Amino acid sequence: MSKHEIEVTINGRRFAGAVESRVTLSDFLRGEAGYTGVHVGCEHGVCGACTVIVNGKAVRSCLMLAVQVQGAEVTTVEGLAAPDGTLHPAQQALRDEHGLQCGFCTPGVLMTMAAMTAGEQKPDEEALLAALSGHICRCTGYQGIRRAARKLAAGEGA
Amino acid sequence: MNAPGVGAARYIGQRVPRKEDPRLLTGRGQFVDDIVLPGMLHVAFARSPIARGKILSIDTAAARALPGVHAIYTNADLAKIKVEMLSFFLTPGNVSITPLADGHVAYVGDPVALVIADDRYIAEDAAALVDIQYAEEDPVVTISDAMTGAPVHADTDSNIAAMMGVEEPDEELEARLQAAHCLVTHKVTHQRISQSPMETRGVIATREGAEELTLYITCQSPHMIARYVSLALGLPDTSIRVIAKDVGGSFGLKNTPWLEEMSVIVAALLFGRPLKWIEDRVENLTSANQAREQEMILRTAFDANGRLVASHGDYSVNNGAYPQGADCNIAVHMFMWAAYKLPEYAFLSRGWYSNTVGMAAYRGPWAMESLIRETTLDIAARRLGIDTIELRRRNLVTLADQPTATTFGIPLEDITPAECLDKLLETLDVAAFRVEQAEARKQGRYLGLGVAAYVEPTGSAGSISVMTGELAQLRIEPTGKVTATMSTHSQGHGTQTTMAQIIAEKLGVAYEDVTVFEGDSSRGGFSPGAAGSRQGVIAGGATIKASELLAEKVKILAGHLFNAPVENITIENGMVHIAGAEEMTRSLRAIAEIAYGEPTRLPPGFEAGLEAQYRYTPPPMTFTSAAHACIVEVDTDTGFVKIKRWISCEDCGTIINPAVVEGQIAGGLAQGIGTVLLEEMSFDARGNPTAVTYKDYLLPAISDIPDFEYLHACTPSQSVGGIRGVGEGGAIIGPPTLVNAIADALAPFGEIGCDLPLTPVKILSLIEGRDLAAVVAPPPPPVVVVEAPAPPPPPPVTQAAAVIDGSWKMVLSTPMGPQEMTGNFVTSGGQLSGELLSPEGSMGFAGTVDGNRLLFDLKVEKPMKITLKYDITIEGDKLTGKVKMGFFGNAKLTGQRI
Repeated sequence: MSKHEIEVTINGRRFAGAVESRVTLSDFLRGEAGYTGVHVGCEHGVCGACTVIVNGKAVRSCLMLAVQVQGAEVTTVEGLAAPDGTLHPAQQALRDEHGLQCGFCTPGVLMTMAAMTAGEQKPDEEALLAALSGHICRCTGYQGIRRAARKLAAGEGA
Repeated sequence: MNAPGVGAARYIGQRVPRKEDPRLLTGRGQFVDDIVLPGMLHVAFARSPIARGKILSIDTAAARALPGVHAIYTNADLAKIKVEMLSFFLTPGNVSITPLADGHVAYVGDPVALVIADDRYIAEDAAALVDIQYAEEDPVVTISDAMTGAPVHADTDSNIAAMMGVEEPDEELEARLQAAHCLVTHKVTHQRISQSPMETRGVIATREGAEELTLYITCQSPHMIARYVSLALGLPDTSIRVIAKDVGGSFGLKNTPWLEEMSVIVAALLFGRPLKWIEDRVENLTSANQAREQEMILRTAFDANGRLVASHGDYSVNNGAYPQGADCNIAVHMFMWAAYKLPEYAFLSRGWYSNTVGMAAYRGPWAMESLIRETTLDIAARRLGIDTIELRRRNLVTLADQPTATTFGIPLEDITPAECLDKLLETLDVAAFRVEQAEARKQGRYLGLGVAAYVEPTGSAGSISVMTGELAQLRIEPTGKVTATMSTHSQGHGTQTTMAQIIAEKLGVAYEDVTVFEGDSSRGGFSPGAAGSRQGVIAGGATIKASELLAEKVKILAGHLFNAPVENITIENGMVHIAGAEEMTRSLRAIAEIAYGEPTRLPPGFEAGLEAQYRYTPPPMTFTSAAHACIVEVDTDTGFVKIKRWISCEDCGTIINPAVVEGQIAGGLAQGIGTVLLEEMSFDARGNPTAVTYKDYLLPAISDIPDFEYLHACTPSQSVGGIRGVGEGGAIIGPPTLVNAIADALAPFGEIGCDLPLTPVKILSLIEGRDLAAVVAPPPPPVVVVEAPAPPPPPPVTQAAAVIDGSWKMVLSTPMGPQEMTGNFVTSGGQLSGELLSPEGSMGFAGTVDGNRLLFDLKVEKPMKITLKYDITIEGDKLTGKVKMGFFGNAKLTGQRI
């Protein structure tokens, strides 16, 4: 196994260390960097639970290798809320709309919502729901997730 | 103050924000894979790639040589510690089960060796290097394989894992069925389902000295796991602590530890370091126990007015090799007609072993009853020409009919499926829909309406040893805040929220000031946790009773301190008030500080502190009722089903939190929709699973699930607090509601039947009147191509043609009762052709003639997929013979010329 030195910014904090070439980004974020909010649901890119934001784009961290984020900015669910604890609009919308039950898929859902609404982006409901169709939730029947998406599309809570 | 004794603030019935959410929304939940212990090593399994065979050898040398590998255990190693694999009911199985394979493997994925390594990557590398040689044997895969195949287990003489009911036909019942105005014979084939919690199974086991064992495990009840492990390992002297703070769904899968978890626990005891095993998704889809693979034939007789006369059910369920309790699912029959006025029901129920991964529970394990009953009712309605809703109204048990009892003697006092249906119809304009449907059909668009009703037993307690009451332990802390220690357990249920709502209201404190601790077997008392829609009913009742005891204690103390009668004291929003003496108002904290710290100020005999506990055991069964409706549009070009509207009207009694109740209903409905349209855990003929990723096992996504509308009926139950369970209902009532809607949409093309899932191929096959699955399937192997008997030598032509040709009225005596049909025969030389006409439709055939003897085969789909081998002898105007019906054996055939 070959190890590679990488340096990456995770949730605004610098992380430097050596990782094996075959380690996935999700395992790296959970195991090496300690961000256990990154949940591994299927490890083949279907369920979406492990979604994180890499350089502004929502990606499935189980389908990337850790060495690929060399020099990148990575945001996990732990980095969504403001430092004072104020929830991100996506977090607040899911909370208000009872959009989670067991909470396992939730971090991935949040990261897709956050990536799509970041900055000046104003996705409509259809675009948000299309993106969210790449997330599997086995608990909620998606009712609260859809209500939260509608709120975000309408610019509420932002 | 004119407020009630406690709790002026209403929390029960409110959509309060969940207590669980702040940690789960910020990535700070604590799931089993989030736990890291000092010195912890990682486990992976070497698993069987074949469904059945003897293990000839296991060579671990190459795997052991891999750097980072610490140990490799086989069954011979684990056998140093005796393990008795128990069912959910904590009873031993009737076949030998070992955590790792003992000399033979019984399904693809059967764990054979356990690798302990520095990390999961190395453990998987090593597992792949374990060299296992097998002598492969032919597997038993399907239920019909199990009926005829060699026993899966050496210690049984058949593949029947469990059986109830009567095999021989009940002649009186048969007579009533046959004599009835309308007899509907309906078959449901239910595919195998993967529970698919988003968090897979996982466990960390750490032995702490000789007498302590701590487990972090994803489960449905830490107390249940502790009890199971204690009994399975026979470790009464060992203190077992089980911790499971957050669990990413379970749906029945994680009721008890199974082969892998027990292997890890035993390995940790042997190896002496903390071991972690986290199942990956491929393992979860192949090796975690599964559910639901069932076949059932329900025969139901109606009189001319559509009233139920009698019914018989023949049910089979695939138990796999090592079920979490061998089972034939008697609950299917117990609740089959519980909500309907049916004079007589009999059944045969069998569970079958096979070389597939074992059976476990899945939300509403007995749900087949609602599926087959409610789809039967719609088929009957179409056949009788009675509206589907009207047919239910004529047969449902109403409140006015109660108290009464089911044919199984289960008392019914307050079920409300008929009332739920009425309430549903206040929102759903059926007449308007029928107009819209008729208009749409003129344009070639096919809309359908499905309605279904049911009752569900919830909150069971007292009749099964593990289905107990619940203990609530409450404290008003010296700070004045309230903590509850509960044995409830949430895999998304939100019990920290709902129990806090009850406490806040019943004690008279702010919801924000209540904290509920759960998820640790060292806290609270035994309960099976989340199983059987029980926590709201039972823990809710326990929490109410404990809150009342604690409020009473506060009042006694306050009355003593302020020299006031107890009845004048109220607690509101954390303040203790005395009627007529507002200046005496004190905070709970002030009272609590005295209760804990100033024993001399307490009344004589008053136990210091502010603590109370209550173990509540509810009535044996609390019924929840519901009626649902959905409207679909079926695209006849693609076979896709679009759900346009779904209305739920449930009666779960007192609602603690409508958002939680609706969340449970919606989650169950989504699983029901997945069951009807998408999900299918399938195997090839060698027992290889053919859905091993989420690219093959299709779970519903947000785009598959409509917005649900909810109506709540809220008839209080007889349990303390009036609560009824709601955890499983959506998964039970969802499938029949949707199947009925699809069948209604497709009625112009015929009956769609109920062979789940109803894929676009199956729907298009009905629309196009041909089996599209057969069209796209690869050609069958050569051995099965030959279906028609070989042409016999030409018989004397003159004799055969004169006697045989023409129409015959025939009666076939099948295990499901006599079936009438008409046969039209045409002979030409030694060749026979013709067709059989029955209520199921007509089928052509070709065969041979040998003198007065006719031989031909028919492959039929209904009532099940079998080849019928006809052997008929004709004498004059009479016809006799037999039909070989696969595993059912021979059936007698009689007939006469028309």
